[in-house]
Amino acid sequence: MSLTETSAFEIAAEVRAGRLRAVDVLDAHLANVAARESEIHAFNTVTADEARRSAEAVDAAVAAGRDPGPLAGVPIALKDNMCTRGVPTTCSSKILDGWKPPYDATVVELVANAGAVVVGKTNLDEFAMGSSTENSAFGPTFNPHDVTRVAGGSSGGSAAAVAARFASISLGSDTGGSIRQPAALCGVVGVKPTYGTVSRRGLVAFASSLDQIGPFSHDVRDSALLLEVISGHDPLDSTSIPQPSLQLLSELDRGVKGLRIGRITDLPGGSEPEVDERLSEAFDALAAAGATIVDVELPSMKFGLTAYYLVAPAEASSNLARYDGVRYGMRVEASDTNAMYMATRAAGFGDEVKRRIMLGTYALSAGYYDAYYGKALKVRRLISDDFARAYEKADVLVTPTSPIVAFPVGSKVDDPLSMYLCDVFTIPTNLAGHPAMSVPFGTGAHGLPVGVQVLAPTLGEAVMFRVAAELERGAR
Amino acid sequence: MSETFMIEGYELVCGLEVHVELATATKLFSASANRFGDEPNVHIDPVTLGLPGALPVLNRRAVELAMRIGLALNCTVQPCTFHRKNYFYPDMPKAYQISQYDQPLNIDGWLELPGGKRIGVERAHLEEDTGKSTHIGGSGGRIHGSDHSLIDFNRAGVPLVEIVGRPDITSPDEARQYVTELRQILVAIGASDAKMEEGSMRCDANVSVRKPGDPLGTRCEIKNVNSVRSLGRAIEYEARRQIALIESGEKIRQETRHWDENDGRTHTLRSKEDADDYRYFLEPDLVPLAPEKSWIDEVRASLPMLPRERRQRLSAATGAAADGEAVMVVVERGQDDYVLAVGEAGADVARALVHVKEAYAEQGSEPTVPAADLARLISMETSGALTATQAKTVLAEIVEAGGGDATAIAAAKGFEAMDTSELEAMVDDVIASNADAWAKYCGGEDKAMGALVGAIMKSSKGKADGKAVTALLQAKRGS
Repeated sequence: MSLTETSAFEIAAEVRAGRLRAVDVLDAHLANVAARESEIHAFNTVTADEARRSAEAVDAAVAAGRDPGPLAGVPIALKDNMCTRGVPTTCSSKILDGWKPPYDATVVELVANAGAVVVGKTNLDEFAMGSSTENSAFGPTFNPHDVTRVAGGSSGGSAAAVAARFASISLGSDTGGSIRQPAALCGVVGVKPTYGTVSRRGLVAFASSLDQIGPFSHDVRDSALLLEVISGHDPLDSTSIPQPSLQLLSELDRGVKGLRIGRITDLPGGSEPEVDERLSEAFDALAAAGATIVDVELPSMKFGLTAYYLVAPAEASSNLARYDGVRYGMRVEASDTNAMYMATRAAGFGDEVKRRIMLGTYALSAGYYDAYYGKALKVRRLISDDFARAYEKADVLVTPTSPIVAFPVGSKVDDPLSMYLCDVFTIPTNLAGHPAMSVPFGTGAHGLPVGVQVLAPTLGEAVMFRVAAELERGAR
Repeated sequence: MSETFMIEGYELVCGLEVHVELATATKLFSASANRFGDEPNVHIDPVTLGLPGALPVLNRRAVELAMRIGLALNCTVQPCTFHRKNYFYPDMPKAYQISQYDQPLNIDGWLELPGGKRIGVERAHLEEDTGKSTHIGGSGGRIHGSDHSLIDFNRAGVPLVEIVGRPDITSPDEARQYVTELRQILVAIGASDAKMEEGSMRCDANVSVRKPGDPLGTRCEIKNVNSVRSLGRAIEYEARRQIALIESGEKIRQETRHWDENDGRTHTLRSKEDADDYRYFLEPDLVPLAPEKSWIDEVRASLPMLPRERRQRLSAATGAAADGEAVMVVVERGQDDYVLAVGEAGADVARALVHVKEAYAEQGSEPTVPAADLARLISMETSGALTATQAKTVLAEIVEAGGGDATAIAAAKGFEAMDTSELEAMVDDVIASNADAWAKYCGGEDKAMGALVGAIMKSSKGKADGKAVTALLQAKRGS
């Protein structure tokens, strides 16, 4: 087995044991980058030199008898909306042109301290707004399974970097499906943890009450390993849940016997037939492994998309107001301060970002707040209540991750609403703050990957990973 | 006091909004120092600058000081939340201010003026300060028309409490009293140094006028008032401006006005129509704050005696009026404990109040003379061993030296005590040589006493105590 096909779990074990050198693992991955990055465009920045120094430090530590940590020598890619000290952090936006953060995000510190080797910063839809990574100011990321198609988004670069084996694992951020949907489209595992289990400090905010960082990997075990490393309380994030890091690796082999798996009977329609077929096979696999399939209703799920496109843009309109050309990033000079703000923001933001800033500003405006933002908050509560009722009957819920497989580049860019529909199954999870993950489960149209989504209640990661591991076994 | 203040037949209605910077070591949401007067842009960090990815973490000490303010102002401390107030300004790094909106920390309190009138306090909430802009070029230090602007972010993120008073103030003098009393409370509880000149206490006034019995008039908000004195002037100017408009048949426009210290007028800053839509919404980066009862009780128990109580205590001890000048001044300077200590050391406490007020005119100056030394001096004075004039001279010397034995100083100055027998002999001599005046005095002409006292003082070269002389003369007359 080549070094790029070795799992992160095994790489770390071998490197820690001194049987494998981190620099060799890195070189193998960088060779893949050299071979295919020009057709994939997973990265905004490849940090080869820094990566080499990190890998050498890992090898030196092992040679000196020190343990570099649970991710020793594992090449990792970071979505380019996570602050990295001294390394450009662009959010794939022109407005952050030239900005190098003076600090590392908490997750960046955590993976570095665990011995991981950061190979680069990955492409995304500008400020994580999109479902195809076509809204990047630096051009789209292409799907490694078919480079005429999108990688999904917004964490398309992180998904593609793992799928193309440019990195063993990666981190993305998920506000409405931005980890799970590209994971499904690229045929990798992607996890959106419970809101508050992974620190958001240093994650450039899109919608603060929904954003959550999570892992991408080839298999369920590697996501469990990475999530164990990045979860846990961060006193510098006030929304971080005060509890120790998740323990997941020990759950993976427990099976699903006796678990109740919820099938949502009123799931919004419109999925491709192959996607529905894979879902049905997933239920069969879980039933065959001893789980009970139960029917549940989630009537408010269909309102999720609408509520999301009020709550997320509202927060975004506020979060993105700081890009004013005063202190960092791009500035377009003009006659006075107001003119400078306008010229800078007009030139610095792309169309989708501007669209959402306008949506959000309107939703929060005096006279419209109650009708839009206020009502969206009520729907949000309704969705949480529906989930709570469903979880009285079921331990987890299983749905498709995306209603469709990877679509051709350019096919949806002029139709924002059909693009928004890609997230219909993923968005309710973010509104409720729950965990959910996408697991590859066979293929659909054109032989492209299909992902099945496992949803769990707050802090239900342990049971979620048990079911995901079973689905992974069932898919083989 | 209870008379209604009127200008040309109109009543004044005024509510004050006071911002105070809290005396914390660090900022409201980050670990940078909260310090005034340093080189620009040294107390900064990702949170202060609103860098991408930075998150606020609430300062517990700031919450505690805000609770102290609320409790000192008789407010209810309640579970609360933080909101974002969105607007663009170069010294506002995130383009929103984290403030409290519909659920503030402290609500429904009051402040009692020295005369006893209570001014309602609607709320006292926590928020962060902005940076400080200096506009170079152009006119009037405004951003509009300036060549460029300099921004100092040292102040950005400094914790503020905004104290919103109810419109219960009906005269410029009450407004001054309110701010003076509030300042004393803030300093006493250690919440802020509350210096208007340095901007650690800032006051905006909402002013309207009406004919007695009429509904409330349209109000204008006055900003940029930088001293207690200016506050009274600005309010009175604004009331007169509004009355003149009404009298000439015009309507008051609701607007924000800027007080100009130089021309003594208020000028339009922005009208209500131009007001920003702040698009308040719950700050998603913070969680609700619900101070537990034990914490509130602990803070309440740790509050010191407040100025009003201290004035009442001093008034009770000295017999001077609680809202009289001597008591007000001495408590404001924080010298009341000292006055009471002098009293406890055996001296007449009323006399101590007068001496401390006079001798320590510097505000806040800590009396250095040991209470016992001052007590000895006062005892000599009240026993007649020193005249009031002599006592003053000795006191000045003791204060200058930071203490001293009044007896020794008096002796060194030749202020030796005149004993009663010596004085009596002198009185007898004067009676003998002023038989005429004595006869008149004995005949009931009290004003004849003046001539006798004058003669005695003269022959004693001022060493005789006036009171003792008067008492002796009365005793000898037999009345």
